[in-house]
Amino acid sequence: MAYEGDELLDSVTSKEYEFGFTTNIETDKAPNGLNEDIIRFISAKKEEPEWLLEWRLEAFRNWQKMTEPEWAHVQYTKPDFQAISYYAAPKKRPKLNSLDEVDPELRRTMERLGISMEEQKRLSGVAVDFVLDSVSVATSFKEKLAELGIIFCSMSEAIKEHPELVKKYLGTVVPRTDNFYAALNSAVFTDGSFCYIPKGVRCPMELSTYFRINEAGTGQFERTLVVADEGAYVSYLEGCTAPQRDENQLHAAVVELVAHKDAEIKYSTVQNWYPGDKDGKGGVFNFVTKRGLCEGNHSKISWTQVETGSAITWKYPSCILKGDHSVGEFYSVAVTNNAQQADTGTKMIHIGRNTSSTIISKGISAGSSNNSYRGLVQINKSADNARNFSQCDSLLMTDHCGAHTFPYIEVKNKSAKVEHEATTSKIGEDQIFYCLQRGLSEEKAISLIVNGYAKEVLNKLPMEFAVEAQKLLAISLEGSVG
Amino acid sequence: MLLEIKNLQARVEEKEILKGLNFEVKPGEVHAIMGPNGSGKSTLASVLAGKEDYEITGGEVSFNGKDLLEMSPEDRAREGLFLAFQYPVEIPGVSNINFLKAALSEVREYRGLPQLTAKEFLQLVNEKSKLVELDGQLTNRSVNEGFSGGEKKRNEVFQMAMLDPTLAILDETDSGLDIDALRIVANGVNAMRSPERSFVVITHYQRLLDFIVPDYVHVLYKGRIVKSGTKELALELEERGYDWIKEEVEAANAQ
Repeated sequence: MAYEGDELLDSVTSKEYEFGFTTNIETDKAPNGLNEDIIRFISAKKEEPEWLLEWRLEAFRNWQKMTEPEWAHVQYTKPDFQAISYYAAPKKRPKLNSLDEVDPELRRTMERLGISMEEQKRLSGVAVDFVLDSVSVATSFKEKLAELGIIFCSMSEAIKEHPELVKKYLGTVVPRTDNFYAALNSAVFTDGSFCYIPKGVRCPMELSTYFRINEAGTGQFERTLVVADEGAYVSYLEGCTAPQRDENQLHAAVVELVAHKDAEIKYSTVQNWYPGDKDGKGGVFNFVTKRGLCEGNHSKISWTQVETGSAITWKYPSCILKGDHSVGEFYSVAVTNNAQQADTGTKMIHIGRNTSSTIISKGISAGSSNNSYRGLVQINKSADNARNFSQCDSLLMTDHCGAHTFPYIEVKNKSAKVEHEATTSKIGEDQIFYCLQRGLSEEKAISLIVNGYAKEVLNKLPMEFAVEAQKLLAISLEGSVG
Repeated sequence: MLLEIKNLQARVEEKEILKGLNFEVKPGEVHAIMGPNGSGKSTLASVLAGKEDYEITGGEVSFNGKDLLEMSPEDRAREGLFLAFQYPVEIPGVSNINFLKAALSEVREYRGLPQLTAKEFLQLVNEKSKLVELDGQLTNRSVNEGFSGGEKKRNEVFQMAMLDPTLAILDETDSGLDIDALRIVANGVNAMRSPERSFVVITHYQRLLDFIVPDYVHVLYKGRIVKSGTKELALELEERGYDWIKEEVEAANAQ
């Protein structure tokens, strides 16, 4: 009964806020709804400098004038933006005493992914009574990075410790007015990751959000900024293969990458958010803006993504090839099962001379899902001798799923060479039977066939990530042939 | 008895194809099954391997003393039944070597054999690929992708040699082969003949049986084995065709 009372109190207080909200720094959770006061509240909570508050407010004012995009090949009930709470103090997940308390289904999946016991505990929030390996690893890891002058921290920390860098780069690749969700993110982002690799430094290890995730949940409006200064190199990993559940339905992240002259950024993602039940109910909406700027000559940005989760994925990691001889790459595997919908692809904007881009997209549709590739290759007038090669393949697992390809090609320079190849195939019962007849289980058979199909993309992932991603593909598609 | 088929009946959709087939194979024997088009030869191969498209409507099949029809296709394979496909499928992106490594690993686990080390596995590949003169390049390429007809059939026999079955069914392995490829495939099969291993060779033509000499020859007609004999029967069929057999069957049915 006490519980119901709390709920009542909660609804009464939030109602009150509708009529006149005053900033209360003591509160740990903002009431539902979005207005300038809420943004002031977030900014104050995070002790941000004045310029950032103004920046957020400007984004909010833009957002109010924008409408939610409808061009994507997805169907859903639009979120009620006034029904969301935009700030909650970093929540600690409930601590469990042992792995026995973890959802058995989740554990089974993690075991099959080959995730170690230690890692399983960390991911599912089990309290560990001795010094956790990964903590000590993370510490020595941070020391090593600091020696090289590499900054790798949360966005909040970066705003406090390196305001000049954040101010210089934030919003330069994805402007606040870019699109509906990017504008929303700019107004209300609560945290994310920041990474800066100084001139001439080659980051000696894969940078992974893994090393930061213990500190605080990143929340639903994540902001990531990665800058590689002249001649620098970094490989950045985002996400993990373990299934992630989240009470937030809407996720609208922004990721910005800047590569200066001769710099290279390799950005790999494995996304496995909760896709909802068989009918897609309760799954995460993943509306992400990811973009990289090849600012300097001979710079290179490459995106690799394995997308298996979320009810709806709306995501186009893109490259702006501004520097001469700059290179953009996009390698993607997107799996949809049951009622999942994905509209994903890339944009390659060629501005500099002798720029080149490669797009390899592998869609896999199962159940009654819909999987769309949407991509733009734009060769500007200034982009002499630009090259693009695109390959978009679709694999169908059932008779009632959908695969769609929407390639846009705009060429304004006659010296451009643009190639586009597309294929659609259905997974063969004959292929599976062939494998079974050689003694392979059906699970192994599907895993082999699907991984063979996606090989060109999986090969681009860092080694241990690739092994987990292969297993993830097989698990995502289990029992889906028909 | 290695394989014992009693009164086997099977259909695909509404069409009855096997109509009470009886057939036995002892260890080490080579049986050829011949017959006109549409008599049910390939259906028999598919049913034994466990392809889902067929509905078993009656009869029994025991393999190594076990009920074959109760087993999943993969367990039949692990138990030692190998089917060399008439049309081997392509699996893009999956190298022949990885495919075989995964298959052999599951098969050996089922049979209670220790797993091979990488070195032992490669030695085995080396040894067995020579049996069918399979180029080292082909073992590293994707399964059957871009293989010629002859290469695909040689690859089937190579896989057979790797997986070491007790019963190998060759479903029209000779189709689409020129005389040189036929000789290579047949030599591979002959090298694998042993008192522990049996073969069921399904073919249209006597030609293959010049190279793989069978112990017994059977004629399959309208879903039943209607005549059995030794290799001389194949020669007689080559010379006289199937009409005389059809007539014999019709005459028997008329009685």
